Amino acid sequence: MPGTHPPLDTPTYRSTSLRHPAQPLVLLPQRLTELTGPVFGGTALAPGDNDLTRQHSGDPQGQRIIVHGRLLDGDGRPVPSSLIEIWQANAGGRYRHQVDQWPSPLDPNFDGLGRAVTDGQGQYEFVTVRPGAYPWANHDNAWRPAHIHFSLFGQAFTQRLVTQMYFPDDPLFAHDPIFNAVPDEAARRRMVSAFDMDRTAPQWALAYRFDIVLRGPAGTPFEEVGP
Amino acid sequence: MRLGETPSQTIGPYLSVGMTWADGAHVVAEGTPGAVWISGTVYDGAAEPVTDAIIETWQGSAEPWGRAVPGGGFAGFGRCPTDGQGRYRILTRVPAPVDGQAPHIDVSVFARGLLDRVVTRIYFPEHELANAADPVLVGIPEKRRSTLVARAADDGYSFDIRLQGLDETVFFDV
Repeated sequence: MPGTHPPLDTPTYRSTSLRHPAQPLVLLPQRLTELTGPVFGGTALAPGDNDLTRQHSGDPQGQRIIVHGRLLDGDGRPVPSSLIEIWQANAGGRYRHQVDQWPSPLDPNFDGLGRAVTDGQGQYEFVTVRPGAYPWANHDNAWRPAHIHFSLFGQAFTQRLVTQMYFPDDPLFAHDPIFNAVPDEAARRRMVSAFDMDRTAPQWALAYRFDIVLRGPAGTPFEEVGP
Repeated sequence: MRLGETPSQTIGPYLSVGMTWADGAHVVAEGTPGAVWISGTVYDGAAEPVTDAIIETWQGSAEPWGRAVPGGGFAGFGRCPTDGQGRYRILTRVPAPVDGQAPHIDVSVFARGLLDRVVTRIYFPEHELANAADPVLVGIPEKRRSTLVARAADDGYSFDIRLQGLDETVFFDV
């Protein structure tokens, strides 16, 4: 659907200027290579990979949250057994990364990396802390709205998606060229999670729901490589 | 009813927090018969190396030799972040001809400054005849076709990716 994905050339996001292809994209027919994708063979991730608050001896600082939702294709069908990777800043908006040096402290109990695999209904869940907003150098006094990076594989190469999950009613939305690079307002809203009272854990954690829709439907899986 | 897709966003500069796998560059294990390194540099429109990109390769799930990677079960998938010189490398095998097409590997490039991945393909120089008949390659203007064909190198192949500018790599709408 036009307006869903951000144009690669988005001048308000300065880093796109020398990195967007200037030649038109060439239409690639969807053949075997495109209709297949890396698929899980049923091997589980390490226990706790989806709990970012339990990766060290102590609890990380910040608001503990449950982030959950469903991974769906464009027909609304669940995408099962699919790897989801997330990464994020800590509660103060600092990434554990050598390039991130702004004056907000690292948290010794938070790395900001999680992995999960969707179940048979396409559902996933992470436990983490709510990330902070952070400054960046794109323009004067630029701040990214709080977000969690999501990397999705789906079931086919064509479904590969990396996106960012935002939090409801963030006052920085209006000032963020990356969020606003998505032309269609309804599409932008699909990147914003919903507060989910029903999934909060009493005396423990708040909850947000984030359903992700991949392009698709995925093609019929091929059983074997052709001649 | 069709659901609207979730939009793409950039991976940003901190991709290594979440997208790095220790053995991601090894589609096959070292010592696998026929294993070759495919290596190259990612350049921006000023011909400067892109040092915060990640390359992912995919060559068909039915390849029987694919090596398991973290999480288990993947075959034919590799990923490698670019280093301080903008270089990546992937250890794999040249795939068989597939689906009436010349041997090829699908490639996704993610980076800060790329709001969506860009997709290209690696073809192989020794498959000259198959390449000449490949339905995807023949649809591309001849002078740009060479951007999709790897060059032979001592330990395998070299395949540079130019996001923009002179000799810009052909990228696909998938």
